[in-house]
Amino acid sequence: MEVNEIFEKVKNLFVDQLGIDTEKVNMEAKLEEDLDIDSLGIVEVVMAFEDEFEVVIDDDELKDVKTVGQAVNLLHSKL
Amino acid sequence: MKTALITGGSRGIGKAIAQKLSEDCNVAVGYSNSKEKADEVVSLITAKGGNAISVHVDVTDHESIATCFENIENKFSVVDILVNNAGITKDNIFPRLKQEDWDEVINTNLTGSFRTTQRSIKGMMKNKWGRIIFISSVAGINGNTGQSNYAASKAGLIGLAKTISKELGSRNITSNVVAPGYIDTDMTSFLNDDQKEEIIGKLSIKRVGKPEDIANIVSFLCSDESEYITGQVFPVDGGLTI
Repeated sequence: MEVNEIFEKVKNLFVDQLGIDTEKVNMEAKLEEDLDIDSLGIVEVVMAFEDEFEVVIDDDELKDVKTVGQAVNLLHSKL
Repeated sequence: MKTALITGGSRGIGKAIAQKLSEDCNVAVGYSNSKEKADEVVSLITAKGGNAISVHVDVTDHESIATCFENIENKFSVVDILVNNAGITKDNIFPRLKQEDWDEVINTNLTGSFRTTQRSIKGMMKNKWGRIIFISSVAGINGNTGQSNYAASKAGLIGLAKTISKELGSRNITSNVVAPGYIDTDMTSFLNDDQKEEIIGKLSIKRVGKPEDIANIVSFLCSDESEYITGQVFPVDGGLTI
């Protein structure tokens, strides 16, 4: 799956599941600071990723994921 | 219509809760051994126009829990309301308590509730609505002679419920504990008349509790009206613990 395609799906998940404004979601957006996602929100995002992309994401893999782009790249590495 | 799962729903307190919740919800009557009794509960509910199914669920087994939830999701919807009621006793005075009896009670009553609750949380988080009820016991608050394993398991549920309430309150998921006192069920049927009289003597309300006494508060705690109540422990014991 191409990075652009993953990004579009990720963006839709953020908008649909967490109610985040669509224009705020870009590759550089920081999950906590820019999108105001709390720790439980991160869990929700990860669960949504796992369902949508049929992957398993370990807690260790999340340590370096601070932005939307890093999340997209993590998913890209798994697909 | 919301969907409720009651573990240990085939008899006693669980049966009364299943019947009460069926007035407003789809109900899955969870059972581990007594399918016939669970089916009887389903018949009682459907005869009154309610929606119910019986589902096998062994709370000590992840696979069994996964299958149970899939069955409920296929028939009704994700579980919106989880009543962790399944429980066992393996009583013995503490110095004589066998580790296997300790392990079995903790594994069923406490870890079993962890397993079912964790499985149910995902759907509740997606829906941003959920109700989790833990059926504890006054033994979990005050201890009870001969029940160190049972009391520890029931006290553990209180810590679990309070923590879940802190973690998930922002998603409109509440988590509360109901702590029954002496309720007239199979679990207390070993008491003879003299023992029952002695117990009643300690109560403010001079009767043994009925399963319906528990079902009524569970019903309220599962409703929208209770949305501002979470992380609390409600003894329903006729005044035993005051």
